[in-house]
Amino acid sequence: MEQKIKHHLTDEVLMAYAAGTLPEAFNLMVATHVSLCDECRAAVESYDTLGGEVLDQTPGNDVSLTPGSFAATMALIAGGAPDTIRTTRGRDTVLPQPLLEYVGGGLDNVKWRSVGMGVKQAILPTSKDASARLLYIPAGMAMPDHGHHGTEMTMVLQGAFQDDDDYFARGDVEVANSDLHHTPVADIHEDCICLAVTDAPLRFEGLLPKIAQRFARI
Amino acid sequence: MLWVDHMIRIRDDQDQAAFADLFDHFAPRVKGFLMKSGADASLAEECAQEVMATCWHKAHMFDPARASVATWIFTIARNRKIDVLRKQRRPEPEDLGWGPEDEPDQADVMALQQESEQLGRAISELPPAQRELIQKAYFGDLSHSEIADQTGLPLGTIKSRIRLALERLRHAMK
Ligand SMILES: [Zn+2]
Repeated sequence: MEQKIKHHLTDEVLMAYAAGTLPEAFNLMVATHVSLCDECRAAVESYDTLGGEVLDQTPGNDVSLTPGSFAATMALIAGGAPDTIRTTRGRDTVLPQPLLEYVGGGLDNVKWRSVGMGVKQAILPTSKDASARLLYIPAGMAMPDHGHHGTEMTMVLQGAFQDDDDYFARGDVEVANSDLHHTPVADIHEDCICLAVTDAPLRFEGLLPKIAQRFARI
Repeated sequence: MLWVDHMIRIRDDQDQAAFADLFDHFAPRVKGFLMKSGADASLAEECAQEVMATCWHKAHMFDPARASVATWIFTIARNRKIDVLRKQRRPEPEDLGWGPEDEPDQADVMALQQESEQLGRAISELPPAQRELIQKAYFGDLSHSEIADQTGLPLGTIKSRIRLALERLRHAMK
């Protein structure tokens, strides 16, 4: 019984996911959100389509191939399809598929570390240009200051949290940057589990820091 | 040009002539895409060959009711770019579980392919400045401020142009 998602990712982030220019942690955020959100999934697919048309109309598409390129490709084909590693397709009511692959199993496999006050976190293995972690916040507890040094996106996987006038439930994403001062509080009814990604402390020089400025005005 | 028939001939008959046509059209474009994303010519060429070989091997997974051939090849090339150039994993969304059907509905195939062509036309009809910015968003990791440096346009102008371009494209898709 999925609730209607109210807080989505921005078009710029979805487009950058299609273009393949986001850091891995942000790709993980998009893949996780899109696993729960049909609206953003449709947007990503339309940006894939746009990518296809851009590829078709690439300026400098006159880049010529070396002689024998086709023969080399046919030789590759004759060599057979490379083994594709099929990741195990598990099921978990809290963690969507992309997260299962990063956690290495379901919610029981998360290697939580306490950060005090009952709050726990688990850093997920991604490339170093941005970081991803799962956060566990007991019901009714204010979110700890987990460092808004860059752009941060937080998506609810279980429970919910309230931030000023906004309520974030499963699937909803809050986008924040260093200028945003806020104190999200976990809903009292259930412990809150979130996926949080941030480009701090290493600064990601891409589209994202600029995007967040729009949200800072809220 | 509709490439769907080529893909079906490759899928059903391992048709090398159809593959040669597809290769002639797309391989140089994939190479160009990867070079613009930062690969040198020889790496880009090697990857383009791998992308085209993947097209052959995964032809059975191509679903013309979900993607145009250009889109499908783009996603393979994009994933290859992330693997090879950026050396990162690419998390994919959970499958919807509708999977490739045995024989997709012809009406769905037509609608999707026509929509893609429409989008292609919409891009080619964009004012050059907007078209260029859309292209830059797909090539490499140019930030808006880097685009500003390259084009000499103020940042605000760029953001509003990208938004305008996307709105036009969305409108064209309807
Ligand atoms: Zn969404």
